[in-house]
Amino acid sequence: MPQKIAVLDYGMGNHFSVVKRLLKFNCNAYITNTNKGINEADKIILPGVGHFAKAVENIKGLGIWDSLNEAVLIKKKPILGICLGMQLMAKSSEEGNVEGLAWFDANVIRFKVSDSTSFKIPHIGWNSVAQRKDSNLFSNISEQSEFYFVHAYHMQISKIQDILGESNYVYDFVSAVERDNIFGVQFHPEKSHDSGNLLLQNLTKL
Amino acid sequence: MYRPRVIPVLLLDHDKLVKTVKFSNPKYIGDPINAVRIFNDLKADELVLLDISASRQNRNIDLELVKEIGEEANMPFSVGGGIKTMEMAQKLLSYGAERVVIGTEAISNPDFVKKLCETFGSSTVSVCIDYKKDFLGRPLVYSPHKKAVNQDPVKLALLMEEAGVGEIILQSFAKDGTMTGYDYEFLKNTAKKLKIPVVGLGGASKKEDLEKLYSESGLNGLAAGSLFIFKGQMKGVLINYPSSKNYTFSYERS
Repeated sequence: MPQKIAVLDYGMGNHFSVVKRLLKFNCNAYITNTNKGINEADKIILPGVGHFAKAVENIKGLGIWDSLNEAVLIKKKPILGICLGMQLMAKSSEEGNVEGLAWFDANVIRFKVSDSTSFKIPHIGWNSVAQRKDSNLFSNISEQSEFYFVHAYHMQISKIQDILGESNYVYDFVSAVERDNIFGVQFHPEKSHDSGNLLLQNLTKL
Repeated sequence: MYRPRVIPVLLLDHDKLVKTVKFSNPKYIGDPINAVRIFNDLKADELVLLDISASRQNRNIDLELVKEIGEEANMPFSVGGGIKTMEMAQKLLSYGAERVVIGTEAISNPDFVKKLCETFGSSTVSVCIDYKKDFLGRPLVYSPHKKAVNQDPVKLALLMEEAGVGEIILQSFAKDGTMTGYDYEFLKNTAKKLKIPVVGLGGASKKEDLEKLYSESGLNGLAAGSLFIFKGQMKGVLINYPSSKNYTFSYERS
């Protein structure tokens, strides 16, 4: 039986390209926004582009907040947050006054730029990722491989052992996190050529 | 390390790939899907696809085509051409487009752009500003079917920044398809005034042009059409894209 990977659709960002990439590997990837879809999955992807508070509101509005927590914290299903999906794993964000999933002791802040015309925000483009610990998610991906980023906010995390990768724009910021079954990447693997495809394939092998 | 994006801009006339000179005489280049596959293989940083006849013909970029591109592209891609409604933008984004590019509609309906940004987020909205200099050398916003609009492109860019767009593409009418180098001064001076990423387009003929534009202006996106489509003096069609390792990008931030 090919494993089932649920790609969560809470009305923000495109899930289409994530699913398309995953289907190249031996898995059954599907888009869902229901408790049933989450419960049946072996693994979960939390994608997302847009506003932190709006995303929290949407997920709660769909009535899947609790089953998401249960799947990840109790059933220990591997989950990968992408971009805003990673940020949602923090406790809070400067982008809206609501609580996140709080799976990491972290908060999300806007890039602090002293000269706003010199470093343009959002950070859009290809940037390298320095791998801060060994991880199966980065298996066969070279150190300093480039990935595609689009974001104006980034995660600040308190436990150094949760940091999986860091990148530099204005300053070093956390671009990937990992603890147990919970993974998050600030970049878009689904848009990052071979390195991105490898990362998604690694997820299917976890 | 951060580096600027090197962006091929592909022009569409319905489902055909074309290339213009000074926005005129579209020359048939080939099949867009085939081009996307080649740019996949060449590991392009990002693609921009613009249907240049859509607005004029009062239609929008072909949805089926965008869907197919979404299935093929291993890289981010932006699409533009006649986008006038939220529903259309939503569809294009759901098909995997990284950004929608608004041109004509940004000039006549800035509120639409604002609404797009509020709904889908800044990073999913680009505005492409075409400009043409008048006989006194003053740049004016140019609309292919409205011709020169009596508006300062820098003012329009600032207005769009305020509306919340995540990126501005600045395209020179006079440079389009000429392969005579970028409009360096204008791009540099305009980017200095903006807090959001700027992409320069029009005139690139070799990789040194891109390196020069970056070292002078620090632009976030270096875009070109002809450079990635033609090869040699006879301008034979040959899709090409130098690997990012072949560029030397450096820029001193003040």
